Amino acid sequence: MSWVEAFLNWLVQFFGDPANWTGPDGIPTRLLEHLQFSALALVLAALVAVPLGLAIGHTGRGEVLVVVTANLARALPTLGLLVMFVLLLGASSIWPVIIPLVLLAIPPILVNTYEGIRGVDPDLRDAAYGMGLRGGQVLGRVLVPVALPLILLGCRLSAIQVVATTTVAAYTGLGGLGRYVIDGFATQDYASVVGGSVLIVLFALFVQFGFALAQRVTVSPGVSRRLKVR
Amino acid sequence: MGDGPPSLWEWFGRNWDTGRADSIRNLLTDHITMSVVPIVLALVVALPLGLACARWRWLYQPTSGLMNVVYALPSLPVFMLMISVTGLSQTTVIVPLAFYGAAVLIPAVVDGLDAVPDHVRQSAVAMGFTPLRRLLAVELPLAAPVVLAGLRVVAVSSISLVSVGALIGQGGLGGLFTRAYQNPFMPPVIVGIALIIALALIADALLVLAQRLLTPWVRARKGTS
Repeated sequence: MSWVEAFLNWLVQFFGDPANWTGPDGIPTRLLEHLQFSALALVLAALVAVPLGLAIGHTGRGEVLVVVTANLARALPTLGLLVMFVLLLGASSIWPVIIPLVLLAIPPILVNTYEGIRGVDPDLRDAAYGMGLRGGQVLGRVLVPVALPLILLGCRLSAIQVVATTTVAAYTGLGGLGRYVIDGFATQDYASVVGGSVLIVLFALFVQFGFALAQRVTVSPGVSRRLKVR
Repeated sequence: MGDGPPSLWEWFGRNWDTGRADSIRNLLTDHITMSVVPIVLALVVALPLGLACARWRWLYQPTSGLMNVVYALPSLPVFMLMISVTGLSQTTVIVPLAFYGAAVLIPAVVDGLDAVPDHVRQSAVAMGFTPLRRLLAVELPLAAPVVLAGLRVVAVSSISLVSVGALIGQGGLGGLFTRAYQNPFMPPVIVGIALIIALALIADALLVLAQRLLTPWVRARKGTS
């Protein structure tokens, strides 16, 4: 298996090079950049999509919007969207790249938040109203906690999307771990390509793990059925 | 307009069939191959695996865990890592896309089979169906709507994901995006996005049609009620 050997050699070459651990092109800096861009896009997307999904799910108005964005977003090629925004707005700041990242991160959160609220047992909703809670209280105290697993699933799917797209965005000049892959490929520096790719894969798995943990911590034990109700 | 930059249609017409490998027509055929092959592969892999997971429950937990991990891997680094195995070929893009597709389809197959009502299954047994005939004539057809819903997701996302392959020179219509970025020019981007969305819509419509043909009872039931 010669490619396994070549692969290991590239890894040793990439991670063993002290120059790769310091400065603006060092692994710590690139890792932090990747985290910052992904987190920024994800938070902005959640700020738009969660309230919108809650409102649409709770009032039942604007459901068409959810269906259309869900279908369209899957068909939109990320690379095309990135290039389009950079050509339209120039590459003077990070925003021409962050905007498409946010746009692509919105649909999974929007759809799952909406589905989560819609999927709450109607009896539960009626019981909450019956106990004298008002619309906003029903949403905040009953619907959101029960829908939380799906809302978090939406955020997790968006995070997968954002981490991947941030990588692709290195092609249009964004920093982050994608730089190793894009620059390495352009200069035929395969140690950099392989090392960068492994870093991104590890980063993506780490983010997944973080979300699994967040779900365990934030979802009410009664909702996740970890607590047995007698 | 005279000597100004060519309009969208003008550019499209001039580049549709230049006879070169990167004419829009050739990119389009590449794109179709590189998205249809993984969709079919994903289905071919997911059907037996899904069946196995539905039959032997203990398999499902580890399989779906593994598939969740596969689904979370960003496409570009996976393509890059594949290069050392399969070189700069279409296979480098096709194989990972097939895995992403299988990651979506395996749970769909399991859910579809789970949705087959128990009394229907028992009726088939009572009528003397062999397990194989029961699977082919009763369980799979009844699972078809859920599997096809998964297949629609896989088809549309594969078609758009192929374009990322352009960053390793194997991206079908995605090649229009890299070309547009290298000598800043908008028409290729617009044409690329429009054609990819059109392909996705066509694939989706075909699968909806397939669903209607494969599950005629769904409409019949609606008609009589």
